[in-house]
Amino acid sequence: MAARTLFDKIWDDHVVETLPDGTSILYIDRHLVHEVTSPQAFEGLRLAGRKLRHPERTVAVVDHNVPTSDRSQPIEEEDSRNQIETLERNVKEFGVPYFPLLSANQGIVHVVGPEQGISLPGMTIVCGDSHTSTHGALGSLAFGIGTSEVEHVMATQTILQRPAKNMRVNVEGTPGAGVSAKDIMLAIIGHIGTAGGTGHVIEFAGSAIRGLDMAGRMTICNMAIEAGARAGLVAPDETTFEYVRNRPFAPKGEAFEQAVAYWKTLSSDEGAHFDREVTLRAEDIGPTLTWGTSPETVLAITDTVPDPAQIEDEAVKTQMQRMLDYMGLQAGQKIAGTPVDVVFIGSCTNSRIEDLRMAAQIAAGRKVAPGVRAMIVPGSGNVKRQAEEEGLDRIFLDAGFEWREAGCSMCLGMNPDRLTPGQRCASTSNRNFEGRQGPGGRTHLLSPAMAAAAAVTGCLTDVRELA
Amino acid sequence: MEKFVTLSAIAAALPEANIDTDKIIPARFLKTTQRTGLGKHAFDAMRYLPDGTENPDFVLNRQPWRKAEILVTYDNLGCGSSREHAPWALLDFGIRCVIAPSFADIFFNNCFKNGILPIRLPREICDELMGDAQMGSNARLTVDLPRQVVIRPNGEEVPFEIDAFRKHLLLEGLDDIGQTLHHEGSIATYEQRQDQAKSWLPTIHFD
Ligand code: SF4
Repeated sequence: MAARTLFDKIWDDHVVETLPDGTSILYIDRHLVHEVTSPQAFEGLRLAGRKLRHPERTVAVVDHNVPTSDRSQPIEEEDSRNQIETLERNVKEFGVPYFPLLSANQGIVHVVGPEQGISLPGMTIVCGDSHTSTHGALGSLAFGIGTSEVEHVMATQTILQRPAKNMRVNVEGTPGAGVSAKDIMLAIIGHIGTAGGTGHVIEFAGSAIRGLDMAGRMTICNMAIEAGARAGLVAPDETTFEYVRNRPFAPKGEAFEQAVAYWKTLSSDEGAHFDREVTLRAEDIGPTLTWGTSPETVLAITDTVPDPAQIEDEAVKTQMQRMLDYMGLQAGQKIAGTPVDVVFIGSCTNSRIEDLRMAAQIAAGRKVAPGVRAMIVPGSGNVKRQAEEEGLDRIFLDAGFEWREAGCSMCLGMNPDRLTPGQRCASTSNRNFEGRQGPGGRTHLLSPAMAAAAAVTGCLTDVRELA
Repeated sequence: MEKFVTLSAIAAALPEANIDTDKIIPARFLKTTQRTGLGKHAFDAMRYLPDGTENPDFVLNRQPWRKAEILVTYDNLGCGSSREHAPWALLDFGIRCVIAPSFADIFFNNCFKNGILPIRLPREICDELMGDAQMGSNARLTVDLPRQVVIRPNGEEVPFEIDAFRKHLLLEGLDDIGQTLHHEGSIATYEQRQDQAKSWLPTIHFD
């Protein structure tokens, strides 16, 4: 057989049938469901009198809309409450396993899946949310789908897809001080652009990626979508197997050994064809953040804000100026030292225990700068509990951070956690579009350590100065 | 789903690249449990001023483009979130066809599933179509799906590519699920094979 990539192998293993026009019916091993993109799909099933084919391969959780403050109180926002109650009715009617709001296991769907061993290597995983790419860190083919596709998976446990192209991004070498997976990924997106991966599945490889723990690999794959890719992947290895072992829903004993034997076959063959390949040196990457309203507008914390006057293409020049205006930045100014109003540490990109530890290291013994609102939103109830066992909550609370319940929160501002117009936010999330964190809000994407550094200094800061 | 065969309509030009789904429909409007009713929030941040009144400069607030059924933009239309609320909002506003040099993958798929035809055309041609669009109601664009051409007001025909299967679904107004269920036999066979080959694969049950 010809040499195949990791993506090719998972793909081939899940093709039910290829139709004459080249579209494949692809089998889906896991379907993750949340409250925002599912109500219309359940309704569609009901209207057509269709069953949900495999409730036991489906898991539902509430995350996007949920309040991250006191949960003993009823949810204030009526439309949010309605969406959550609708999900609860639907999972009951269709028999879908469900983590309710008050479950200790509740959290952001892309944190909960891997944490519970619901997402496993070699699987096909879908969810009505673009950051499903996160689960690719386990070596699974995971991608976001729209609500019509959610309904399609519910009814058939399959999806119609054409194979993607293969791309490989290698990051070689050893990252320097203050550089985490987030910095690496922002640098990659800056390098290839937000459309750099369009139509491709990106396999992340190279010694710097291999050296990352699972949380770091999830941060990388999470933002594959910001690079335009359909999905991101990291080949499973010992780090992966150790992570998966003993997770609540992972195979156990004999079954686990069988699974590992299979997972070990999941890597790109020597000589496999990649349509595009890019290599970066980890040593070239410093602490990195975004300055504009597209995730590709990245710079190193030591850099200055770019100048539209130096751009030739008129459309690009105009767009750049518009971003500067929106962000309230001047061409040529140093990005370090820009004051921030809000710091948000959370989201499916950076809300795992490893992320919180990195932030706590910087926060320890320091105080949130006056006038700055800093919040920590753990990715799941389990992350929160573990952080409390490790005493991280004390570090954050003593420093003046808010310590909140798990959910998407200010990543997209569907719940009351929102920026007000003109507020500048140092955020560990993944999108900095205009209005993403609240109308008129200004978002700088950066790592948990950089976010903590911004919180304690009150401005965008090179984290290496605080180490 | 409504069929798409030919469409002769007013086109609106939005000469911007990377119009993301947050721009098409901001997250705070996603709390609906229905597919309809989102049209009034389409392009909310561009369409309305901070005090909630219409922005008179925004193309979709001006005559005749308030009635536009075709949208022409630059690259990477629909990037960002996978929310199908984006095509729902467009459809509810009245848009049936979107034309751009390139699209984000998920948005592209989501359009088809809602009876919206996304057409990829080179940037130079999008520029020309935007010129046509600016002429307003005297200059309708016609999209002829069976013949796969966009007909400009001057009569020039611009051919476009479309996947044969998707074309068929649009022309007939068919939903994918019904199509896939014709292959129920293959799905069941696959499941049996997988149960044997990957007996370790757990299913999820809560007590
Ligand atoms: S944390 Fe943000 S990006 Fe992640 S699933 Fe929630 S809203 Fe989407």
